Amino acid sequence: MDEIMSKNNSEYLIERNDNVYEVVIGLEVHAQVTSNSKLFSSSSTKFGAEPNTQVSLVDAAFPGMLPVINEFCVKQAIKTGIGLKAKINNKSVFDRKNYFYADLPQGYQISQYKYPIVGEGNVILDMPEGQKQVGIERLHLEQDAGKSIHDIDPSNTLVDLNRSGVALMEIVSKPDLRSPDEVNAYIKKLRSIMRYLGTCDGNMQEGSLRADVNVSVRIKGSTDLGTRCEIKNVNSIKFMQMAIIYEANRQVDLIEEGQEIDQETRLFDTKKNETRSMRSKEDAHDYRYFPDPDLLPLDVTDEFIDKLKSEIPELPDDKKKRFIDEFKVSPYDATILVSDIDTAKYFEEVVAKMGKNRDIKLAVNWITGELFAVLNDKNIEIAQSPISAKNLAKLINLIKNGTISGKIAKTIFELMLDGDIDPQIIVEEKGLKQESDPKALEALIDKIINDNREKAIEYKQGKEKLFGFFVGQAMKVSGGKANPQLINEILKKKL
Amino acid sequence: MSEITSLTLYELIKNIKEKKISSNEAAKSFVDRAEKSKKINVYVTENFENCLKLSKEFDDKPNFDLKLPGIPIAVKDLFCTNEVRTTAGSNILNNFVPTYESTVTQNIWNEGGILLGKLNCDEFAMGSSNETSFFGNVQNPIAEDLVPGGSSGGSSAALAANLTPVTIGTDTGGSIRQPASFTGTVGLKPTYGSCSRYGIVAFASSLDQAGPMSKDVKDSSILLEVISSFDKKDSTSIDFKRNNYSSELTRNIKGLKIGIPKEYRIDGMPDEIEKLWKKGIEYAKDCGAEIIDISLPHTSYALPTYYIVAPAEASSNLARYDGVKYGLRSSGKNLIDMYEKTRSEGFGEEVKRRVMIGTYVLSSGYYDAYYLKAQKVRQLIKQDFDQAYNKVDAILTPSTPSSAFKIGEKSNDPVSMYLNDIFTVPVNLAGLPGISIPAGVDKNNYPLGLQIIGKPFDEQTVLNIAYSMEEKINYKNNITDWWMK
Repeated sequence: MDEIMSKNNSEYLIERNDNVYEVVIGLEVHAQVTSNSKLFSSSSTKFGAEPNTQVSLVDAAFPGMLPVINEFCVKQAIKTGIGLKAKINNKSVFDRKNYFYADLPQGYQISQYKYPIVGEGNVILDMPEGQKQVGIERLHLEQDAGKSIHDIDPSNTLVDLNRSGVALMEIVSKPDLRSPDEVNAYIKKLRSIMRYLGTCDGNMQEGSLRADVNVSVRIKGSTDLGTRCEIKNVNSIKFMQMAIIYEANRQVDLIEEGQEIDQETRLFDTKKNETRSMRSKEDAHDYRYFPDPDLLPLDVTDEFIDKLKSEIPELPDDKKKRFIDEFKVSPYDATILVSDIDTAKYFEEVVAKMGKNRDIKLAVNWITGELFAVLNDKNIEIAQSPISAKNLAKLINLIKNGTISGKIAKTIFELMLDGDIDPQIIVEEKGLKQESDPKALEALIDKIINDNREKAIEYKQGKEKLFGFFVGQAMKVSGGKANPQLINEILKKKL
Repeated sequence: MSEITSLTLYELIKNIKEKKISSNEAAKSFVDRAEKSKKINVYVTENFENCLKLSKEFDDKPNFDLKLPGIPIAVKDLFCTNEVRTTAGSNILNNFVPTYESTVTQNIWNEGGILLGKLNCDEFAMGSSNETSFFGNVQNPIAEDLVPGGSSGGSSAALAANLTPVTIGTDTGGSIRQPASFTGTVGLKPTYGSCSRYGIVAFASSLDQAGPMSKDVKDSSILLEVISSFDKKDSTSIDFKRNNYSSELTRNIKGLKIGIPKEYRIDGMPDEIEKLWKKGIEYAKDCGAEIIDISLPHTSYALPTYYIVAPAEASSNLARYDGVKYGLRSSGKNLIDMYEKTRSEGFGEEVKRRVMIGTYVLSSGYYDAYYLKAQKVRQLIKQDFDQAYNKVDAILTPSTPSSAFKIGEKSNDPVSMYLNDIFTVPVNLAGLPGISIPAGVDKNNYPLGLQIIGKPFDEQTVLNIAYSMEEKINYKNNITDWWMK
């Protein structure tokens, strides 16, 4: 292997002989707009319905049927544009992209070509070595196609038009990404922003987020862009990363062999972990774009945009800043807490429910530690957390006010999982309340010292590490309920 | 009751309201006459039985407040009609039965109209002679083996032959006005955006417009009032205040300024057209209008512009006829083969020609030189009219550069066929209202029409000028019912 991946930062470099190559990546992300109805018809967009049950005459392109723009989808696209700190265009135009395919009923896709609804913007990535800004070229609205199913019938292709006409946002990045890690961070950040905005659920399993990946390589330090290949329709971050690594290495090999790279469209075969040529530049479709005469140019006023701006919630970058400023959370923890809107919501609810004597550091540790472990283990999202924010806040407060020790808290946490039980009730029912009565603890410690007189003498003679032994004994005898702080104080006094 | 079929719409409505004629009697008369008129081939699909049944139902429970009380009406087969086959004159839709109704036809049924049947037309409205229809030529009732014009040739012929009291056509480049001119009838293309395009089989979306065709101007005003409506289902439909065209119809056009565009005096125009135009100018003066010479400098670019824009849009609009979802499907070894066979067998020569032209002008490398340039010229043509309308209220031109020609005469010469649209096409490119009214005859006694072009949304002035000139012209068709002999 003459390939080196620099692990200490997010850079991905390929070394061949004496040459060091960097990979240049641009993404065209197709994000399904969260909307009850399609971009140009009132059919439902619900996922998982029986085939061809969510198809209107417009979606199936019956003669004389006309598209009518869904204003909600336009709002969603503008909101997303605002979230990407992008220029919103007052005028945009829907074009027809003409090509024949069985799952494209109109024989053209309505998209935006020359005049997209959203122009240039940017996204901030939080990489281990610091922040990186990735440019957004544009965002435009377009229709999704239907689905061709080739494997049900041996001699026919079946077509499901449920998805036909569903609104997509195509978000085109500048070629600013340099590694699979950055692609991972970029997709996650886009997804996070759109989930905060409620404009795309980002569900990659259901196909709500897919990407075409443009990959080229060049000698590190060069400012010229190499010939790129476009890898079509990759539907998971892992596959994107695998496809990029394969493709970048393939291109470097070609260059090193003195060959040219053909600009072409490629497919990623997830089973073989390789990209394959789909069509060359010469075979590229001529889509014959032209403005759709069935639709007027889309005019949006500044007032309309301003009103949407006023509806934009706090987005991850601002939330992170506030968590750091207001809650004194570390930048690392803040990044984790804001990365997903549901995590941020959960955290903020815990903070709110903790009340005045809140211990934010403790809350962060419990969420990112115990809770995340459980979610990971059960493979569920925080929105389905078996423990509510309210009860987790209660548990943290019980630790904070000394009712229970951290160790007991872990036991209680396990018990809470079974039906989101109030920790207070568990403490009372199981008698897990921490023993904090000094007199009772003194009596307990007297007994321990009495039972271990020899060790007590050794300690007094200077064997200080035996202190831990006495603490352990006290905890053991008390069944873990003894207040560790008081135990320490009393032991010091008595020994 | 042969007189029923020769009544104007206005007279028929009056007789029905006065209970002198029942809806069913009217329907029977038109059906009987149609049975004897198969030779002119106006119907693609007859709806006679259903029409007779519905007319009886109307008579049982009449509503005389409606604008078209129990009136049987045949419509161009480009309008989708619920549960009645709609072919657009094409083999590819030969078996297509919509489950929905176009807004324009729905408006007619809502006002009491009853569907008589679907009228022949050029395939996908592409043609000027009705010769491109999959369902065969239509005879012009004026004389045997004469074309009725197109694309609404079945509509104009049905009207002239007294097979329907009024009808509706669609006009993309002259498809209402030219056949009206060829058959001695009246045809109005409204302002783009007046009549909804919802449910009309699309030819060229930015040009297509439905409109009334009738025996006289008053009837067109009645029908326009019914079919013109704002429709949210058509994004290009315009929400403007529509007149009560029939009740506001007046012959008082005193002082209106009518423009005569010098660029419409084209090379090689027959003398009789020139004479007709001059006569028209005199009639307009007699009606009290003021005649003003104007210039529409980009007129000569209109036809080439049209034959880029319309095929471009058509090539895309017709992509949906691919054999996958409805209509004709020919079997093929694979998807591409199925497409090729379906579209080869489903489309006729003229449609294929235009799809090819449209595909060409939109293809990369040619788009800027053709389509984009055509759109720019289209703007200039629009501006010509805008400027003219600073000086005049309407414009008077001939409807066509010639009278009706013989079947087969031009069918192998597409360019000479396209020239038919030379006076009508600029109106579509500019989205304006235009009407053709019969104004005289040529040396063969074939009808000739004059066109009145109005300001956007000013159908009322167009109708008023036509209404007053019609009275002075006093044209009468001389139809001998030759096809029944």
